[in-house]
Amino acid sequence: MVREELIPQLGVVIDIRQDTPDVKTFRVVGLDGKKLFEHIPGQCAMLSIPGIGEGMFSITSSPTNTEYMEFSIKKCGCLTSWLHAMDVGQEICVRGPYGNGFPVEGFFKGKDLLFIAGGIGLAPLRSVINYCRDNRENYGQINVLYGSRSKDDLVDYQEILNEWMDCPNTNIYLTIDREQEGWDGHVGFVPNYVTELNFPTTLVPIICGPPIMIHFTLEGLKKLGFKEEQVWTTMEMRMKCGIGKCGRCNIGNQYVCKDGPVFSFDQLNKLPPEY
Amino acid sequence: MIYQAALADLDQILSLINGAEKVYIPAETAQGEANFTEYKPGLKLSTKLNTLRSAKDFFFPQIQPLAKFRREGKKIEIIDHRKESEDFVIFGARACDVRSFKVLDNVFLADPVDTNYQTRREHATVVTLACTRPAETCFCGSFDIDAAKPADGDARAWITGDSFYIEPLTEKGEKLVGYAKDVLKEGGEDKVEEQVEKTRTILAKLPLAELKPVDNREKELELFNSPKWAELSSHCLGCGACTFVCPTCQCFDINDFDSGHGIERYRCWDSCMYNDFTLMAAGTPRLTQKERFRQRFMHKLVYYPIKNDGMYSCVGCGRCLKKCPIQMNIVKVMKTLEEDA
Repeated sequence: MVREELIPQLGVVIDIRQDTPDVKTFRVVGLDGKKLFEHIPGQCAMLSIPGIGEGMFSITSSPTNTEYMEFSIKKCGCLTSWLHAMDVGQEICVRGPYGNGFPVEGFFKGKDLLFIAGGIGLAPLRSVINYCRDNRENYGQINVLYGSRSKDDLVDYQEILNEWMDCPNTNIYLTIDREQEGWDGHVGFVPNYVTELNFPTTLVPIICGPPIMIHFTLEGLKKLGFKEEQVWTTMEMRMKCGIGKCGRCNIGNQYVCKDGPVFSFDQLNKLPPEY
Repeated sequence: MIYQAALADLDQILSLINGAEKVYIPAETAQGEANFTEYKPGLKLSTKLNTLRSAKDFFFPQIQPLAKFRREGKKIEIIDHRKESEDFVIFGARACDVRSFKVLDNVFLADPVDTNYQTRREHATVVTLACTRPAETCFCGSFDIDAAKPADGDARAWITGDSFYIEPLTEKGEKLVGYAKDVLKEGGEDKVEEQVEKTRTILAKLPLAELKPVDNREKELELFNSPKWAELSSHCLGCGACTFVCPTCQCFDINDFDSGHGIERYRCWDSCMYNDFTLMAAGTPRLTQKERFRQRFMHKLVYYPIKNDGMYSCVGCGRCLKKCPIQMNIVKVMKTLEEDA
């Protein structure tokens, strides 16, 4: 019989990195040691451990990485707790890629970009940021504004410090919610920092984070003169199939798993505000 | 070409078809409800208007095994135990249920194709039985379904008085009639037309005959924000009965069952009326029954039509009208939305 999309393929976890107290990044390859499939930045994959559960996660590595895929996962439920407890060498079921991804070869190309992330919200954007860094000549200025509860909760902090900071024509703005010993950077919430920095409206903002952060960041950007059609985000909804059939991730007539998860805010505004 | 036989010969016709392919007919259960049952010689075709469960089970069963797994230490084995379906016949589904297959096709056969659904669909021959005594709860006409002379299926059939008529509509239908060619004789057009007219007269007098859905595709946001949803949903128990009897409801869950001797991943019907349907670690976007209720009807009457060239995800079978414990139903919703439009 032809391939059934709901039947996963097997992968193996070859590296586990503790990013923050509750976020780990898992490196996955196929059983042959090669990358399981190609993807577009912003696309997702279904990971499962049979008998435990299946869940949709952003592919956080860039497609320019030809060796493996990475998933940064926050521990918050049954499946994610299991994933956090497993060791390197664990086999894992993977299917995908799902969703539309960011318009890295379309709307974003040649533009100055402003990535705005909160907490684990950096994970879905990391794929895009690294894709743009690896194709540096195709994009203008890269700005990353990233905030978290504390310094310890900054996902990919080492990569930010060691690689992103050194990237040409790139500005990194980090902030944490409250003062902390050993932190001499900015303190404050992401939405406020965005308006403080008074970014020019020529930038293309790409937001991902908790709903409340997205809400106030968008308000702030609009005050600065940004238009909804130039601001992008990636949505989260409960998903089971990933292919627009199980009926779970509807926002109005759109399926987040298939038509999304990436939307511009003018696209979202045409849909019922049920997310 | 229409073929005819005495109704008394129907058992023989079904036997002949059954000699070639498995046949399922609506038959009465011990509880007195009709449900599709595998035909065995002597099993009587129910005279009830429709089956309790819709015919969607044939293609989208309530529980569908997807794959098996074995997990030992760090190793996982995936066992793809799918089988190609055998040819089978659904004999005597009503026009509403047969139209529902088209509604489901738009979901399950869309890219990427659902292979479990597809193999059953391809191997099924569907005989649509025209209605002669439609009920007060019927409103298939609202969705341009002709219960008197069904347009969908591989063949359409009529039972009038003591006669049986069948007309193939596709190659599969021709093949099916071929199995019983010794019993079926050509002819009966005028008798069938007579019956069609009779049924149409009844259909026109049904209480819901005038009900027409309004094309609200342009009003997605306006209807979503209608204050009427609060009142419409106020008594909804969230039992999900409407979604389970509905021939077009297609939401499903995927889960694993660990028997101790292996893990079975299966999908099963789910309901957008349930409070955990969209529950995530961060909460749910549909907080109260109002949002869940609205989702179900907006999906059937607005979202689905937007995605499918105006086709509605309701076929007017009336099952939800009969089964809802608080007598809420899609007809009341359609009428209320119409007032708003």
